[in-house]
Amino acid sequence: MQSITVTVNGATHTRDVEPRMLLVDFIRDTLSLTGTNIACDTSQCGACTIHMDGMAVKACTVLAVQADGSSLTTIEGLATNGHLHAMQQAFWDQHGLQCGFCTPGMIMAATKLVENNPAISEAEIRHGLEGNMCRCTGYQNIVNAVAQAATAMQGG
Amino acid sequence: MSTLIGSSVKRKEDPRFIQGKGKYVANIQLPNMAAVMIKRSPYAHARILRIDATAAEALPGVIAVFTGQDLIDGGVGKLPCGWLVPGTKVPTRWPVMPVGDKVRHVGDSVAIVVAETQYIAEDALDLIEVDYEPLPAVIDAKKAMQPGVTQVHDDIPDNVSYTWALGDQAATEKAVASAAHVIELDLTNQRLIPNAMEPRAAVAQWNAASEEMTLWTTSQNPHPIRLLLSAFTLGIPEHKLRVISPDVGGGFGSKIFHYPEEIIVPWVARKVNRPIKWVATRSESFMTDSQGRDHVTSAKLALDSAGKITGLHVQTWADQGAYLSTFAPLIPTAFYICLLSGLYKITNIYAEMWGTLTTTVPVDAYRGAGRPEAAYLVERLVDLAARHLDMDPIEFRRINFIQPDEFPYQTPVAMVYDSGEYDRLFDAAVAAADYPGLRADQAAARQQGRLVGIGIAGCIEASGPAPSKVAGALGSAVGFWESGVIRVHPSGKVTVLTGSHSHGQGHETAFAQIVADELGIAMDDIEVLHGDTGLIPFGMGTYGSRSAAVGGTALFKSADKVRKKMLKIAAHQLEASEDDLVYDRNGGGVYVKGSPSQKKSFFDLSFAAYTAHNLPDDMEPGMEETTFFDPPNFTFPNSAHICQVEIDPQTGAVTLQKYFAVDDVGKVINPMLVEGQIQGGIVQGVGQALLEYGVYDENGQLLSGSFMDYAMPRADAFPMFNTSRTETPSPSNPLGVKGAGEMGTVASTVTVANAVMDALAPLGIRHLEMPLTAEKIYNAIHANGR
Repeated sequence: MQSITVTVNGATHTRDVEPRMLLVDFIRDTLSLTGTNIACDTSQCGACTIHMDGMAVKACTVLAVQADGSSLTTIEGLATNGHLHAMQQAFWDQHGLQCGFCTPGMIMAATKLVENNPAISEAEIRHGLEGNMCRCTGYQNIVNAVAQAATAMQGG
Repeated sequence: MSTLIGSSVKRKEDPRFIQGKGKYVANIQLPNMAAVMIKRSPYAHARILRIDATAAEALPGVIAVFTGQDLIDGGVGKLPCGWLVPGTKVPTRWPVMPVGDKVRHVGDSVAIVVAETQYIAEDALDLIEVDYEPLPAVIDAKKAMQPGVTQVHDDIPDNVSYTWALGDQAATEKAVASAAHVIELDLTNQRLIPNAMEPRAAVAQWNAASEEMTLWTTSQNPHPIRLLLSAFTLGIPEHKLRVISPDVGGGFGSKIFHYPEEIIVPWVARKVNRPIKWVATRSESFMTDSQGRDHVTSAKLALDSAGKITGLHVQTWADQGAYLSTFAPLIPTAFYICLLSGLYKITNIYAEMWGTLTTTVPVDAYRGAGRPEAAYLVERLVDLAARHLDMDPIEFRRINFIQPDEFPYQTPVAMVYDSGEYDRLFDAAVAAADYPGLRADQAAARQQGRLVGIGIAGCIEASGPAPSKVAGALGSAVGFWESGVIRVHPSGKVTVLTGSHSHGQGHETAFAQIVADELGIAMDDIEVLHGDTGLIPFGMGTYGSRSAAVGGTALFKSADKVRKKMLKIAAHQLEASEDDLVYDRNGGGVYVKGSPSQKKSFFDLSFAAYTAHNLPDDMEPGMEETTFFDPPNFTFPNSAHICQVEIDPQTGAVTLQKYFAVDDVGKVINPMLVEGQIQGGIVQGVGQALLEYGVYDENGQLLSGSFMDYAMPRADAFPMFNTSRTETPSPSNPLGVKGAGEMGTVASTVTVANAVMDALAPLGIRHLEMPLTAEKIYNAIHANGR
């Protein structure tokens, strides 16, 4: 077992973990933050995307020990003071979700996508979300949601 | 009067999903919970000689290891099949293979590990030693019947589980023999893997004192699962077994069926007397979720000299996999053969099929379920017919359409179509797509040597299953009605209980819209509950695009009963005749005709029903109404889809450039939800046309067993779709709704396939099998000597 300290959604946690424990299992099972979903074993689907020190990462492809000392944001920490993040609001407004299972990862990935490219185009949104699978929506309303959020995040 | 029905109301369920508060089964954490994992076969077909779990049992943290014999000794029964056409040979299926028997597909279950954590359970799986005697595999629906092929089940000698035929064979053969033109086509509708984003999962908690079991499972229909568990597999009676399917992360059919793990998990929970969780890995989803499609078909379409279709003769071999899944025989029979008339008047249809067993994962309903297979066959044939006659494919379709004044229309294959205006549908699609413009652009592109194709399809599906008597006559062991309860609380707030199950469809919103409109109250005053056998009277669940038509109608009728009871209370209290009173559809409650101020509010009447101080003498207290609605017919959504593709001749890669969809799904409760269903359906169908293929090698190994090998549709492969609707209300239900969940998928596969074949037509390429990958198209182009 190895001791790690991580800050998740602003709260600091120190825990002993097995060196092989995946970060996504640490978040879900150890910290009981079950908003981050697991949908594949191969880093292909993006359902478990979170923010780690300001980067979007797939939490199934990071070991918990690798996150020692880092600051994480999960879907539970995206809203501030009870106000939805513009990306969350846009997914709601644009019907960007159906079953909701890919949604946390999709929102976390899209948020960084727009932060890194505020004037993002439709083609760039589609390309940028290529690593996040959705089986329900056909992506069109997700693309619309990200476009709405991009405008809102620029203060538009 | 209706203000909410027909409005794009934002979803009530979304706040929890966008904030990571979805209540999925895998999120359940219970004190003292242990983990289960399943040891699975790496062979497609093998005899089990020995299972040695000694090392696994010795691993610290392992609680127990069980084999199939333990389950049988512990009272577990065989998995049944819920749809049996006459003469079906149902292969024996235990939840886990017992010692001495065989495994019959890669991923078939062999042993159960119970451990303190999933990590330990996974370690223990590797420590279980299993000696296999590998046997030959069979992976092809048609070849499975050939003499000398390996037998999947000892008691089914030719691997044929059942056969089915419908129509007038002699008349159809005569029509083909005497036709001016006969279009022949052999095709394969390839194996698909559903891949809902949420892997299947189960959690069980046993209360030893009360002898009550609670099972949380990722099901589209928890009540039928409870019935099967009680009556056939687990043996805990229904009144002691609560099955809950909370938020479920997509289903697409794959979560309808009764799976071994939802027997194993509660059985283990009782055996070790601890809460148990099992969550499938994605690899397990690929190897154990029921798969879709997999038909091999030979067909002949007969035409007269004017291009009228005079007959259709079809033979289909449907791969059922290693066992008959819960509703497997329904798919290639009533949901396929009964849809072979398409949008067309075809006097003579004869179809016969063989449901065969192979050493592959079981096959059952997957989005569209038989209807995409029918649409793919009919619309490929129709496209080839138009090309053969050198007619425009839309004109060819129009001269064969069933006309609006011919509804209800009895097809030669059992179905009675409810309503439709197919010319109007195509008028809308032609206008939306600027079809003449597309053809002009295509002609110009061809001049430049570019491979541009335009795809057309006009499709129909039977949704909203089903009249229970009809289903019973066709082979169903269950009825297909739906329940809907409206519970008005004393304060005038409303809880709605529906037997439908939402796993993405948005019932909490759409059903609240129906009830709010029908009672004239605010949506915020309504909560819709589903998916819990402890709360809902009974429910047949959600599949087959049935929830609005059947579940929605049950609520519509319950609302009518609430209004009637409120009218009676108001009449009594206002000392008026009911005929002189009006139910206020805009604000709820009841007022005197012509005198709106003389009113009993919705709250007044709700409260009065519970205080029971002043009710009519013959009236029971309370305000709760229940309806079990059994529809008189299916509904028949229909569609005209047009798309444009371009093929890169250097690589064979297909780009989907434009997509236009016009769908008639009857009346619409929430256009935003319907559009979402259509968009998602289109992408799933295009996945089959261009990308997806569940591939087994000759040893029965599943080669496409991960998202790295199975090509899922991703965001960058699609243009923005242009979707619109025409509307012919269905007479099958008072809401006039048809079904929207599968129409996009039914139509888009063949629309895109037709477009690709249209692009390749100048090269003399007549037909290629799906998925239409770059490699396949490149090879076809070069095989033609270019």
